[in-house]
Order: sequence, then C-alpha cells, then structure tokens
Amino acid sequence: MSLFGFSLRPRRAKTAQTAKDRLQILLAHERHDGSDGPDYLPMLQADILAVIGKYMQIKEDDVDIQMERNDEISSLEINIEIPSAKQEKPVASGLRGRRAR
Amino acid sequence: MTQLKDKDPLGKVIVITSGKGGVGKTTSAAAIAAALAKRGHKTVVIDFDVGLRNLDMIMGCERRVVFDFINVIQGEARLKQALIKDKRLDTLSILPTSQTRDKDALTQDGVEKVLNELKEQFDYIICDSPAGIERGAQLAMYFADEAVVVTNPEVSSVRDSDRVLGLLASKTKRAEDEGTEVKAQVLLTRHDQRRVDAGEMMTIDDVLEILAVPLLGVVPESPAVLRASNVGMPIVLDEPSEASRAYEAAVARLLGEEVDMSMSKEKKPGFFSRLFGAPA
Repeated sequence: MSLFGFSLRPRRAKTAQTAKDRLQILLAHERHDGSDGPDYLPMLQADILAVIGKYMQIKEDDVDIQMERNDEISSLEINIEIPSAKQEKPVASGLRGRRAR
Repeated sequence: MTQLKDKDPLGKVIVITSGKGGVGKTTSAAAIAAALAKRGHKTVVIDFDVGLRNLDMIMGCERRVVFDFINVIQGEARLKQALIKDKRLDTLSILPTSQTRDKDALTQDGVEKVLNELKEQFDYIICDSPAGIERGAQLAMYFADEAVVVTNPEVSSVRDSDRVLGLLASKTKRAEDEGTEVKAQVLLTRHDQRRVDAGEMMTIDDVLEILAVPLLGVVPESPAVLRASNVGMPIVLDEPSEASRAYEAAVARLLGEEVDMSMSKEKKPGFFSRLFGAPA
C-alpha cells in the first residue's frame, strides 16, 4: 500500500476495474455454456484419442488440452505427444492443433 | 525465490475449513499454498466447493480451466490434465473443481484416489473446503493430516469453528482408523486491533479460550485482501501488506518454525508477546 492517500484512490479504482473485467469475461462464458457447459471436453478428448488411435498408438496421457478464455476469442490448444519413430528415444514430437471460436 | 527441494516424500494433506462461509477460507487456502510454494515446497491447492468454484478466481487462473477434480474422479480426464500450473511459481499447482455439477459427484473413494496420487508428486496438498458441514466439507477434511480452522472474532464464526473442531476430532480417517487426531490450529482472520481496544471485538485470547486449540496466526482486516482478489493474486504474491506478512508468518509456524506473533502485527507488541507465552 502506498504511503500517500492520494495515490490509493486511482490504484483501488484500477483493481476494481480488473475485477469487473475478469467477472464479465468469465460469466459471459458460464452463462453461454449453460448448466452442462464445458463437459463436452472429455468427449472431445475421447474422440480425438479414437481418431489418432486409428493411425498410431498413443496413450491417454499423451493428449494435453489447454484453454484460454478471452472476451473476443477463446482458444483451445490440443497437444498430442506422438512417440517418435525411434522408440528408444523418450522425447516425443508435438502436433499442435489450434481452434478458435 | 523458488528453489525446488529434491526430496519427494508422501505429501501432507492440510484442510482449510471453518464451517461458516465468508470468513476467508479460499483467501487463506490460496495464501497458504502460495507461501508454501514460494518456499520451494511442491504444493497443490484443491477446490472442494463443487458447483460454486472460486479458488480459480482467487488464484487468477479462471480462464485456463479445462478439466477439473470431478472429471478426474469420474475417469474423464487424467490428473495431469486437470492440474493447472501456476504461471508465477513453478512449485504451485491448482486443481479446480466443477462449476456445473453438484456435491454428489464427490465420492470418498474418488477423493482418496486423487489425494494418494497427489501425495506422490507434492509435498503439500491444501484442501479448500466449502462452507457448511455437508458432504463437500466432510470429504475435504476426511483424509487430512492437519487442519487450519479459519475463524473470525465473531460469535457465529467461533461457534461454527467449534462444531468443525468436533468433526475433525471424530469424522476423519485419522480419528476413525488410527485413533489419532488431526492436528487442528486456528487462523484468526479479519482481526481489528482498534475494535478490540474499543471493546467491540473479542480478543485473540477470548477466541482461543473458547476453542482451546493452538493459534496458527492472526490476519488483520486489510484492504490488501480485496485488492489481491480483484486481480486474482494470492495475497502473499501481491504487494507486501500486513495481511501478507501475517500469512507468511502463519506458514512459517505451519512448518514448525517459531515465529513471534508480534511479527504479524506491529501495534501493541506487549499484548502479543504476552500471547506468545501461551501454548501455540
């Protein structure tokens, strides 16, 4: 906290605005998604695993789904670790897919 | 600030509970977890408040939630996928809960399985309990090794804390299986020395006398708490304040360090040093 009273006011106003912005973004998504909102993600993951599984062997652990919600656009980032051709090498190459809505 | 400890033991489960709502459980869970992580302990903080998740907002990771605790319990996602790594501290992770399901989605077996898996990866597992004493709160405390009972110096909060202390002594795995007690300590929050001096608020001693458990710390009423929650920052990672220092001191005590209670409050050192003489 600042030592000077006058600098407290704008600072406080700034974090209050941040709080409002964060809530607006979050609630817009939650209201839009409704009561059974992001639950499609487990199904999406299962489908991705099934499709990839047709072509190569991957484990459930190799799929990593990240989401970043913003007010304009949200991004869903799906990283799938594919075992490299040489099996002895544990480091896998990554396939990146990005979807926006 | 963050140095990784190379020990990887069975993590300790600490529940942050209170009975009453709005006393500062989530703020305290976030602050305690972040303070532990800051000290280099691998720490995860779990939200047990199914249907009303808020830990993600307090931790500032609400936009990054994909899978949650319930998805893991129901086998829809792996634990690794549901854990959110904190962007500020690499020793800190968050396990959010579901916003859309209800408390029945939590099962005792499911919670135990997830906690056991977390114990292998983390030094500390902080369980942020929902308010009340229903299923969610009971499961949050059931597997705890230690408990932090967040209490305000206010009659209904102290009464509810007393009730929760009773449950900790009887309705936990430790109490049921092993006959050992969960170590419970009180964290007094929203303390206002000015109002204590004016005789408008119970003193720390008053509260401790009623609850008869050791004191983990005293967090003063502070504008820094709202500020930190506005921006989604655990208070100990935000700019220094009396409240952040109080949480740092509480965590030092949680780790067994002896920290004078006067460290967390500058005013009235005589009062606090007197208090320090009490069992704590």
